[in-house]
Amino acid sequence: MIHNSTDVIIKTVARIFIPFIQLYALYVIMHGHYSPGGGFQGGVILGASLILLLITHGERVAMQRISENWITILFSLGVLIYAGIGTLCLFFGGNFLDYGVLAPLLHVSPAAARSLGILGVEIGVGIAVMSVMVSIFYNIARSGPYRNKGTTARRES
Amino acid sequence: MLDFIMAKYNYWIYIILMMIGFYGMIGKNNLVKKIIGMNIFQTAIILFFISIACKKGGATLPIIEYSHGGEHPVVHAADYLNPLPHVLMLTAIVVMVATLGVAIAIVIRLYRDYKTLEEDEILRKIS
Amino acid sequence: MKSLTIIIVLITGAVLFYGTVDMPDWGDPNSPASRHVSPRYITQTVAETETPNIVTSLLADYRGYDTLGETTVIFGAGMVCILILRSARKREE
Repeated sequence: MIHNSTDVIIKTVARIFIPFIQLYALYVIMHGHYSPGGGFQGGVILGASLILLLITHGERVAMQRISENWITILFSLGVLIYAGIGTLCLFFGGNFLDYGVLAPLLHVSPAAARSLGILGVEIGVGIAVMSVMVSIFYNIARSGPYRNKGTTARRES
Repeated sequence: MLDFIMAKYNYWIYIILMMIGFYGMIGKNNLVKKIIGMNIFQTAIILFFISIACKKGGATLPIIEYSHGGEHPVVHAADYLNPLPHVLMLTAIVVMVATLGVAIAIVIRLYRDYKTLEEDEILRKIS
Repeated sequence: MKSLTIIIVLITGAVLFYGTVDMPDWGDPNSPASRHVSPRYITQTVAETETPNIVTSLLADYRGYDTLGETTVIFGAGMVCILILRSARKREE
């Protein structure tokens, strides 16, 4: 169980920083075509902002914002977006993950359709990475044995 | 001889790093120390791949200067670093985090069941 | 036991040191890794995908199938963490 921090400085700084971290993460994901960045990096930054909320404001506040069930749904959704875009290409008569055939759907040239397909895939990857980071952190932090039985066993040894 | 050393010393650094990680994996008795060894091992592999991508002689990072609607620039392959190892290691870093998470989850579960993280004590309790 | 471990590690390191003799030099522009498919990726990426960042176009387009498997690996890791830890947590509570 992660408790709410009692330090006012930590809580205030985290509250100010978290929106900017999330904005920066979205920038990294969306601007991945033109600068270093992409789904993996942006997803990790987005996950870090949620983990910061979790460790400063405690489990109860963070789980009101985004519950554990939602995280589980989100990381399935990320993989589904990726595989769904790939399968959509099959319906348009191309190969799996061949975004060029999506050009009639998006009303752009095949090369630009590939660019947009990459963007969709990156968003899927970003959602998946973000929610998996939060999920792993949450499960490991909450289910540690140091809570009730573990503490006594540790003191004995 | 000096040319040979200057041309290969990066590989030797990664091999030393890999040996440290390998020793941690097979020599240490504590499971958390084994996980730390595994991470050092993976870091050595990542550094090795990134050093393969390097090109001497004015090569820059693999982002082409190009704006939408403009003329397609003439690109020479020697001006840009090899992007392929970067891609492979980008995915490998995320897999590294995922394996770390799974390993720590297993260690937590083992600690809960056996109340110890020493490998020989766990083996004694199992038998 | 500890000396055996050190011997195994040293033998592995010695074999790898011997292997580096045939490796390409550091920063060699004509090394095999940068001669085979990588020039095609660098020169064709703007014409084929309109994405200036070669790493992104390579990650999600040329090697998209690889990245799909990668995403599945992350998904599996998250699932495994939930399956290992959450069931135990429920039993304990």
